[in-house]
Amino acid sequence: MSEVHAQTVAYVRDTMLDQREPPLSQSGAYKWIHENLLSSWVNVVLTVASLWVIWAVLSHVVPWAALGIWSADSLAQCREIRDQIYGADASVACWAVIGERWNQLLFGFYPTELYWRPILAFVLFLVAIAPVLFASLPRKMLWFTLAAPFVLFWLIWGGAIWTPIVVALGFVIGWAVVTFAGPAIGALGGVVLAIVAPLLYWLLVAGPLADALATVLPIGLEPVKSNEIGGFMLATIIGVSGIILSLPLGIVLALGRQSDLFLINKCSVIFIEVIRGVPLIVWLFTASLLLNYFLPPGTNFDLMLRVIIMVTLFSSAYIAEVVRGGLAALPKGQYEAADALGLDYWKSMRLIILPQALKISIPGIVNTFIGLFKDTTLVVFIGLLDPIGLSNAIRASTQWNGIYWELFVFIGLCFFVFCFSMGRYSLFLEKKLRREHR
Amino acid sequence: MKKTVILGALTVAGLAAGAASAGTLDDVKARGKLNCGVSTGLTGFSAPDANGVWQGFDVAVCRAVAAAVLGDPMAVDFVPTTGQTRFTALASGEIDLLARNTTWTFSRDVDLKFEFVGVNYYDGQGFMVPKELGVSSAKELDGATVCIQTGTTTELNLADFFRVNNISYEPVPIETNAEAQQQYLAGACDVYTTDASGLAATRASFEAPGDHVILPEIISKEPLGPLVRHGDNEWGDIARWTLNALIAAEEYGVTSANIAELSAAPGNNPEINRLLGTEGELGAMLGLEADWAKKAIMANGNYGEVFEKTIGENTPIGLSRGLNAQWTEGGLLYSPPFR
Repeated sequence: MSEVHAQTVAYVRDTMLDQREPPLSQSGAYKWIHENLLSSWVNVVLTVASLWVIWAVLSHVVPWAALGIWSADSLAQCREIRDQIYGADASVACWAVIGERWNQLLFGFYPTELYWRPILAFVLFLVAIAPVLFASLPRKMLWFTLAAPFVLFWLIWGGAIWTPIVVALGFVIGWAVVTFAGPAIGALGGVVLAIVAPLLYWLLVAGPLADALATVLPIGLEPVKSNEIGGFMLATIIGVSGIILSLPLGIVLALGRQSDLFLINKCSVIFIEVIRGVPLIVWLFTASLLLNYFLPPGTNFDLMLRVIIMVTLFSSAYIAEVVRGGLAALPKGQYEAADALGLDYWKSMRLIILPQALKISIPGIVNTFIGLFKDTTLVVFIGLLDPIGLSNAIRASTQWNGIYWELFVFIGLCFFVFCFSMGRYSLFLEKKLRREHR
Repeated sequence: MKKTVILGALTVAGLAAGAASAGTLDDVKARGKLNCGVSTGLTGFSAPDANGVWQGFDVAVCRAVAAAVLGDPMAVDFVPTTGQTRFTALASGEIDLLARNTTWTFSRDVDLKFEFVGVNYYDGQGFMVPKELGVSSAKELDGATVCIQTGTTTELNLADFFRVNNISYEPVPIETNAEAQQQYLAGACDVYTTDASGLAATRASFEAPGDHVILPEIISKEPLGPLVRHGDNEWGDIARWTLNALIAAEEYGVTSANIAELSAAPGNNPEINRLLGTEGELGAMLGLEADWAKKAIMANGNYGEVFEKTIGENTPIGLSRGLNAQWTEGGLLYSPPFR
């Protein structure tokens, strides 16, 4: 057929043309720019205006940051050096303040020779959290995750090794009660005993036992007090403790709010609404000021611990509402299917409802966590020296009085690293879970 | 921990017999540390240095008290306090002494149940303006925009001053001193008003301090002093007389350079002898060792030395003594006699 055609119609080409590159206007950067930036006169104007704004910002910020002075003892010396190199009118950053004080911004007043402890604690924290975040890691690592809170506490605050061990023993007791005594005395009695027994142990036995062990075998690290902890270390400790503690609490509250049991339901609702209805700063003031009046005089209840508790309660109320959104989004059929399978309440929640509800809630939960982490800067108002508080303290020294943006830029960058990684992880998790669902 | 226990035990052992007192003093000795409330950061008055050691004029008071009571000027746990938390921290017993540029006022002394043990700095509210404005008196500031920290007595003083002089102003509320510096330099306000010491420190941090003037009017009295809780008079006495010892030491010419020599043996000035414990029983009356004042003075030097080191004319802040000179030199510093 084709041969006939080729012979009869002379002007029909009988061979294929070689493939060619698309014309310049339809490919590559040119096409992209044409379509995205210059497609109409409105877009042309907008593009030019945007370019001008970007240029105006960068032309100031980039030389300011890049030419910054790194070695000086004070702001005055920074200015002298600048006058020598760039002339008096130049606007350059004085990064020397970061160079001199970065360890203070990171660790607060933690003893310099002990910096290895928080650094090691941070590395161990990453190791401990990894199996929780990434399912592909060996499950045996979770044993270390269970031990990590006690190891990290001991590394950061120091003291006798027996204190965290003795406290951890309380959880072992609770677990032992549930496993061994639970079947004998029934589920409800088992749960009650599992709560009461460790509490009694902590209140009555733990203190003397830890002291006794410490006198027999004095193994320990040099103790560091809470008021020596500051900067990003403080923000991270408060943020991470709040995040880790508030997730389970928030889930329990969300389930409580959905519960049919009148008392549990109303308690959860009241807790969530009260905590959520009052600004965090008020709770922080309550932790720092009001509790002082309520507690018996002479009670030494660590301010940092009080703040961690308040931050945890605050964010758990938000988490509860986020998780409740996830629970409400599940079709009723899922609940009924769980019932039809004959699962009891906890099993149906654990195996069917919560995995789906939490998956839906991931963006909201991570959003709350990022907010919580940034909200830790509010502790500056109750006199804790977090990065912002330290920036004020640094500015109060005669050498660095008058310095402003450099400190905020540094602090902002550090916070960005933390929050951005949290956001990325959330995206990763969503992608992974969605793929599995298909 | 062990070290502080031993130190505390030594201090207790070294006490003169029968000097039993109740309350804060015993707590401090048992703890081996003085809990001292300071500002989270105020130039020249309290700020941590690069090694995390607190320095400044208010900090020096804490160190002197710690030296007098515990024999070690470094035996202080500094508790940074904000304007909101300072009084609660003191009232609840979280701190033993508050040395945080706090103005001695009637209501704080009486209503809040505190006891101001003296004045370590006489301050007052002033104004700073750019030189190019050509203003030489605060009374010419009619219609000016004023940068002012909100929620402070400065705000009330300002309103009073402008009302009394029948001129108007427009407030630009700001939160911190650092913010005020930025706003003022950016021209968001014509005038910056705060305590004169703060103005001097702010001006010193400018690129061209000469372009700005501090107006001569001081529109308020701000006697800043350390304070303790009501009701523990023994502890109040210790704080009061430690501050007085620093002031008296300057008056009598006792400096950190000659104190070792003067305290080695009773000299021919009985007042100095009593102050340094080579004569009389003043230390025992306070429940402290005989050389309490010597230790307090050796912590940072006498009042004048502390002033020169932290906020004086040779520092970047460059405050002159002014009202804070000894009474013999036209100032207000006047320590009651040591006898």
